[in-house]
Amino acid sequence: MENLFAIIIGAIFVNNFILTRFLGLCPFFGVSKKTKPAIGMGLAVTFVMTLASIVTWIMYNWVLLPLGIEYLQIIVFILIIATLVQFVELFLKKANPVLYKTLGIYLPLITTNCAILGVAFLNVQEEYSFVAALVFGISAGVGFLLALLLMSGIRERLELSKVPKAFQGLPISFIVAALMSLAFLAFSGMIR
Amino acid sequence: MKKDSTSLELMKGIFKENPVFCLVLGLCPFLAVSTSLDNAIGMGLAATFVLLSSNIIISLIRNIVPDKIRIPIFIVVIASFVTIASLFMQAYLPALNKSLGIYVPLIVVNCIILGRAEAFASKNKLIRSIMDGLGMGIGFTLSLLLISFIREFLGTGSLRLFGVNLISVPIEPAMMFILPAGALLVMGLLLGLFAHIRNKKYEVKE
Repeated sequence: MENLFAIIIGAIFVNNFILTRFLGLCPFFGVSKKTKPAIGMGLAVTFVMTLASIVTWIMYNWVLLPLGIEYLQIIVFILIIATLVQFVELFLKKANPVLYKTLGIYLPLITTNCAILGVAFLNVQEEYSFVAALVFGISAGVGFLLALLLMSGIRERLELSKVPKAFQGLPISFIVAALMSLAFLAFSGMIR
Repeated sequence: MKKDSTSLELMKGIFKENPVFCLVLGLCPFLAVSTSLDNAIGMGLAATFVLLSSNIIISLIRNIVPDKIRIPIFIVVIASFVTIASLFMQAYLPALNKSLGIYVPLIVVNCIILGRAEAFASKNKLIRSIMDGLGMGIGFTLSLLLISFIREFLGTGSLRLFGVNLISVPIEPAMMFILPAGALLVMGLLLGLFAHIRNKKYEVKE
């Protein structure tokens, strides 16, 4: 139980996917201009991340390991994630059109999001159990959502402030992210 | 004339369309592994290898791949080369492999590689695609070296290359620069600097 708690805190705060592992930076800078799309993207990523975490764990431990073909993991994982995203998109379209409207446009972007693939590889690397992998997937997604939400809030305010010409747009966003990353560093004492 | 255009293909990846500083692609591995020159060279070479090989294969098969399923095919081609690079690194460079960690397999989702496959190699002849892959790879590696140089020097006060100490300065190192926050800060400042240079050029032209 304590172990799971450490995983949750670790994935959300200490090793936040965006701010300390640099996974999923493209959507982080791409869709953090406004709060609403940021929430949509964050939720979509959390959802797919959790699913991907479960499916890739099952695939790795029940198929790849017993057959001794772990070296195929890169190809297998990327194909699983691409299929999964397609599947989720189709399913949501049919089952929940309202949710599809909010998440829909972000789903195709997720296929090549390194955060999702990163979760799959980290699960393998850390040799997590099934429950741990599931919890890790969810909390990594929540960490992503949190960072995206904070960033979009700051960027909305940035629109109104005077930024030197050379720093407008991306450069200032990087510096804001750097300061956020520094702030998140304070969490690193929470777990060993 | 023809020779000029191929060398142009090579140079554009390094300067005009530098994947990192101009197109801002492939950031995830870029920021994560830029803590030391060794890591930068390892990651740069691995990415260049994958970029070059996948550009070659995709350019060769571009006429037989059905248009509708081209993206999955490209991804499989890229993933195969990443697997080769990753297995090679595990076998011959275990220390480097350990310090690069999951960022080696993550080259698969590096937007530069799929981006070049889709935007360039799937539409151009072999030679031009090779030049494009090489140019983009070198551009990526050089940018990686630049940022690692700054971070390693400020963050540790010394520069090491393959275990040899190049320079060391007896100053109190600013730890922040080898932490993740340092990567974002250096990147932000460099992007600002390049934007400033571009603005200046633009003004002069007008």
